[in-house]
Amino acid sequence: MRPVVPVRVARRLTPPLSAAQMPASKPAPALLAPFAAIGRLVIGMFAAVGRVALFALRTIGRALLPPYYPGRFLEQLAHIGWFSLPVVGLTAIFTGAALAQQIYTAGSRFSATSTVPAVVVIGMVRELGPVLVGLMVAGRVSSAMAAEIGTMRVTEQLDALTTLRTDSYRYLIAPRLFAAVVALPLMVLAANAIGIFGGWLLAVQKLHFNSANYLTVTRQYMSSDDFQMAMVKAGVFGFFIALMGCYHGYRTSGGAAGVGNATRNAVVSAFVLILSSNFLITAMVFG
Amino acid sequence: MASTVPKILLDNVAKEFGGNVVLDGVSLAVEPGESLAIIGQSGSGKSVTLKCILGLLQPDSGSIQVDGEEVVGLQGRALDAMRAKFGMLFQGSALFDSLPIWRNVTFGLTQGRRTDVTRMKAIALENLERVGLDKRVLNLRPSELSGGMQKRVALARAIAPRPEIIFFDEPTTGLDPIRADVINDLIVSLVDDLGVTALTITHDMASARKIAHRVAMLYQGKIVWIGPRDRLYDSGNPYVDQFVQGRAEGPIQ
Repeated sequence: MRPVVPVRVARRLTPPLSAAQMPASKPAPALLAPFAAIGRLVIGMFAAVGRVALFALRTIGRALLPPYYPGRFLEQLAHIGWFSLPVVGLTAIFTGAALAQQIYTAGSRFSATSTVPAVVVIGMVRELGPVLVGLMVAGRVSSAMAAEIGTMRVTEQLDALTTLRTDSYRYLIAPRLFAAVVALPLMVLAANAIGIFGGWLLAVQKLHFNSANYLTVTRQYMSSDDFQMAMVKAGVFGFFIALMGCYHGYRTSGGAAGVGNATRNAVVSAFVLILSSNFLITAMVFG
Repeated sequence: MASTVPKILLDNVAKEFGGNVVLDGVSLAVEPGESLAIIGQSGSGKSVTLKCILGLLQPDSGSIQVDGEEVVGLQGRALDAMRAKFGMLFQGSALFDSLPIWRNVTFGLTQGRRTDVTRMKAIALENLERVGLDKRVLNLRPSELSGGMQKRVALARAIAPRPEIIFFDEPTTGLDPIRADVINDLIVSLVDDLGVTALTITHDMASARKIAHRVAMLYQGKIVWIGPRDRLYDSGNPYVDQFVQGRAEGPIQ
């Protein structure tokens, strides 16, 4: 009988070491223990980043080949975009109004209340629109994706997909990833419009601004560069939202508690990625 | 019939998880058309054995052959072609709860695409009738069915692509004795009618005796006994004796 697993295969089969499984070397002197701990942390972090990147690349790579699932994509577009609109709209209108009120209160000390429309439009389009939509949708969608895919993992539905010769990356992950990347920019557009409307409503109704003047200034400060940046941010956030939901769901283990962990990790990591990438994009554009 | 190639051949298959040895050199041959049951305690590696054959897990070493062809390390199209020979009934049924029953049953044919609805519904119905269900369930969701009915739907889903080999993962677990026996009868008739090779893992002795031609016992990652089902209760093997009689005292701790 020929031997069995070629070395090449065996090597590929060896799972990458997690930080906890690093080969135990000689016990380090106690003095070095903190450095060892930091080292483990850093290595673990890099390993996690690598796993996420491989997951994303694998999804995109598989999605390029048929079979395609346009139905699943549209279904996810509705889940992520359409059904999130009410909550996103509410968030945006209140934030726009609150922003107008704050600028007005702060500006009145320097008789700079005329900056209200300009600050509302710039604040909404550049920062608040994308970030608020990102965070709301992350809370709604990352968690739901992680819970759904995680449940499929612990109830062996993912294994069932494989035995029924269906690639779970193509069938489950790719439609979510692409739908989120498409949906988020559209939702940010809507949120920007609703937020600016909220600021206008408060300014005209409560602060007695002249409506026509307010809108003229608003238009002056609307720049297509800002909108482009907002769209890029939205696409990036959408990618992270779906990626974190799917990744944590896919790697779920250990029953109901595991699904709970996956859901929490998905939301927390999506939040962190959204806020940090928002800063990086802003810093790159304006830095 | 020494010249026939076994349908499934495992040779010295080993698998460990983080230093915990689960399979410690499993060797086993399943002949074409045979129904073999693997019995053993929870955690003895029964499920891992099935998952290694299906390529859901990769063994650390050893050889697995299906129809005489090595399957360890297969990828892409070759792996897909190999998997086309298999159907699997999962322990918890593992039906897709977002899809109606008819799409679940035909999933192995459509790979989840919504094509050819009339024909697929007809195929779903034909397979559901084989497991004793009728068209009333076609448009229901899995959560609207009882555990026993879900098991039948899962069985219909496993046989719908007409696989050559079917794996049954604890087919009677979680069912009352009467429903369990109904499932056993179904498995026996399907294996006979469709002429498939069956591999069942179970710790239900009544089920093993009913559906299997031969029984193998897995203990601590090794096959410790294999023999015809009639010898299950007089195997002369202390492990098998203890297991089938359900004694706490004996060589198995």
